[in-house]
Parts: sequence; structure tokens; C-alpha cells
Amino acid sequence: MDLLWAGLREALRLLVTGDREVVTILLLSLQVSGLATLISLALGVPAGAALALLRFPGRTLVVSAVNAGMGLPPVVVGLFISLLLWRSGPLGGWEILYTPTAIVLAQAVIAAPIVMGITLAAVQNVPEKFRLQLLALGASRLQMVRVVLREARLPMLAAVMAGFGGIISEIGASMMVGGNIKGQTRTLTTAMVLETGKGNFEIAIALSILLLVLVFGVNWALTAVQQRRSV
Amino acid sequence: MRPMTRIAVALLVCAVSWASASAQTPGPTVVLSTTTSTQDSGLLDVLIPLFEKQSGLTVKPVSVGTGQALALAARGEADVTLVHAPALEKKYVADGKLLNRRLVMYNDFIVVGPEADPAKIRGEPRAAAALAKIAAAGARFVSRGDKSGTHILEQALWKEAGVTPAAPWYIESGQGMGATLGIADDRRAYTLTDRGTYLAFSKRIALKTLVEGDRALFNVYSVMEVNSANGPRVNAAGGKVFADFMLAPATQAVIKTFGVEKFGQALFVPIAGKKDEDL
Repeated sequence: MDLLWAGLREALRLLVTGDREVVTILLLSLQVSGLATLISLALGVPAGAALALLRFPGRTLVVSAVNAGMGLPPVVVGLFISLLLWRSGPLGGWEILYTPTAIVLAQAVIAAPIVMGITLAAVQNVPEKFRLQLLALGASRLQMVRVVLREARLPMLAAVMAGFGGIISEIGASMMVGGNIKGQTRTLTTAMVLETGKGNFEIAIALSILLLVLVFGVNWALTAVQQRRSV
Repeated sequence: MRPMTRIAVALLVCAVSWASASAQTPGPTVVLSTTTSTQDSGLLDVLIPLFEKQSGLTVKPVSVGTGQALALAARGEADVTLVHAPALEKKYVADGKLLNRRLVMYNDFIVVGPEADPAKIRGEPRAAAALAKIAAAGARFVSRGDKSGTHILEQALWKEAGVTPAAPWYIESGQGMGATLGIADDRRAYTLTDRGTYLAFSKRIALKTLVEGDRALFNVYSVMEVNSANGPRVNAAGGKVFADFMLAPATQAVIKTFGVEKFGQALFVPIAGKKDEDL
């Protein structure tokens, strides 16, 4: 128990004093996972909506693949992105391995199927009759999609939360493609593993608390938007 | 779409602040593949800023297992490597993948165990003899079991002791040194550990140092430069600058006193200029 209290005190101290290293780590985690979420939304929302509305042969297979992708193990993504980004790999010329950009790439790959899957479910939940009615009223297909997405906006916020929550707390891929380099690619989770390995449990606990507060804060803000009646 | 727009704006702010943050990466970088022990001990956190200041180069230290650190260097994924596996290192040097192997420093392993010392190994000068006693007594021993440098040394010691360790007294943790020390402490078992990790954890565990000082327990770190033929983008010149830095008298002086402040004793002994047979 004494450790837990020491951790809580340490967390408070780091927050209050605005410890430079911790602030750097915190900001990097937020930026990397925020940007990756943005990319996954840009890819996942249109793809998920298209998959929900279109009918084509082999669709069930694609939907199953997306649903399976929602559970894509981060360490697998990390390994394959590493292989691609290695100097000897096909994208070695980009020279982005062990940079924050590589982490964004890996996290976007992890989050995209999550966003896609939840968008797919949300759009499919809008009754088909409603869509047909829109078309009957003279809406173009594009207009119909826009209205349907608008109807599905609340469950789609869940996609943002799940995507962001999944990647900010992810470790396997961040460690492999980022390398946990101090001041460059050290995120909250990789720093936690490092401090635990060093036996600095107080700092590890403090970082865990910061991560929990961060995840809670982001979800709180999103939930507030989601639950507001006037939207 | 209003809430979505808001989120998009928030995320865009992230992206913009991101772009400004990543724009400040300076020019030439050196990728250093090394072992987790150099990072976990905190030594790299001291040496790298010093190097970057002196050379104007940026270092990307990639801390992985010894085997992986060497493999990455051999594939040209790194420019210089700092590891502790002499036999394996010499193989890579013989193959021409790594060049100019130079000794940098050593730290040592110790056998730790419970105060009660059921196998009576306290003060045993030879580590292999101590392990033989543990096996004979059937006392619990926790192994890393993860093919790390520590685990490879442990296996060599068992071989020397002429024992094939087996359950139930032999426990494989499959985890890092810190976690393994925790398990050994919990089970009142013996284990082999590097001194640095043990010192870092000594506040939290009751295990005592029982065997130390055997030459077989020395853990020698070498620096090697990566052959530019290994890959298209190897920064061989940068790698050499880093290797030279590790052996410079000023750097060796920093290594010599590293850890004294925090643990009351130094974690590494600098040995620039020495050969394997001098130790």
C-alpha cells in the first residue's frame, strides 16, 4: 500500500511542478494518438459507411475481416510496420522508423478497423426504410449518405472513443516502431514499462495515473458531447 | 455533424502542434542498437546528451535484447552497436558484418538468494559450484528463461556445473530481470542477476548477495561499428564517431562514477584499451 500512496504523491508532484520530461511524454502521447485517431476517422468513416450501404459479392467476408480487424493485436501491427520501415524494407527510404511518425502510422492502422467496424454498425442501425424514404423524397445518394451519417453521429462518437482509447493505451506497436527513445518517441505506456523495469515503481504508478486521468478526461468530454440533448 | 466537427477541430489542433514539434529534428542521426541494460541502468540518459553536445549528431538508441541488437546491426538497421555477448560478437566480427570491436566497460552478475541460504552457497568463489550446490539441495531457483544475455550466461553456468536444471525447484519466469527478482523474492528462491538491476530493486526485496567476484560473472560490453556494406543507408561515419566517443577518456571517467550518487557504488567499470585476455 505504501507504494501506491507514494505513486499517488509522485503523480501529484509531477503534475503540480509540471516536470518537463513528463510533460513532453504526455504531449507526445496526446499528439500521436490524436493524429492517429484523425487519420483512422478519415479512412474508417467513409469505408465503414460504404460497407454498410453497398451490397456486393463477398461483402460478408469483408465485414468479417473488418470485425476481426477490430481486435488486431498491436504487436503484430508493430512487427509488420517495422519490417516495412526498416532501412532494408520497402519503405526504408522514408527513414521514419524510430520517429513519432512511425507510431502514428502504426496506431492509425490499429484504430482504422475499430472506427470502420463501429461506423458500419452505427450506419446499419439506421432503418433501411428511412434510407429508402429519403431516396423516394428525391435525395441524391450523396445527400442520403450525409443524412444517414448525421443520424448515426451519436454511436459514431463511440468509434472515436474506442479508437482513441485503444491506441493511447497501446504499447506493443509503440515500443517496436518508436523504440521508446527519450525525448523523441517515449510515450506514456512505453515510459511505464521502462520505469517498472528500472524498479522506479513510484514513477510508473504516477504515469499510470496520468494515463487514466487523460483517457477519462477525453472520454468525459466526448460523452458530454454525445449525451447533450440539443445536438 | 456539429460534435464531429468539434472533434475534428480538436484533432487538427493536435496535428498542427505535431507538425511544428516534428519539424525541429536536426540533421544527421546515428542509430545505436544496444541492450536494455544500458538503458534501464540510466547510463545512456547520461552519455547520449553528452555525445550529442560534443558531436552535433543526434542518437537514436534502440534498446532491445542482445541477440536482436546484434541482428539489427548486422542487417544494417543500426550504425553502431553496444552489447555484451563476447562469443556472439566475435562471430559477427569474423563474418565481417561488424567492425572494430573494442571493449568499453564491464559490470558484473551476482547470485542472490534468501537470507537463510538453504543451499549454503554464501561466499562460494565459483558461480558454477554455487549452482551445483543449489541443484544438489533442490533449492528453488528462478531463471529468466527468455534467451537474454543473463539467461545465456546462466545456461553456460549450469553446463559448467554439470546439471540439467528441471522443475519443480527450477522456475522459469519468462520475464525481465526486475520481474524475475520479484518472483525470486516472493518464492524465497535463488536467482542470477546483474548488479545494477539488483541495486535498483534492493529497497523492495529481501534477497541477499551470496556469490560475487567470479571472472565468469563479468559482463563485458563492447562497441562495434557497422559495416556499410550491410545495407544501403548505414551511417558508418556517424557510427565511428559514437564508438570513439565511448572510449574517450572523458566518457570513461563519466562511466567510472556513474551510479555512485544513487546506489552508493559504481555500476560499471571502464576498460577502454584493454583486451579480453587482460581481464
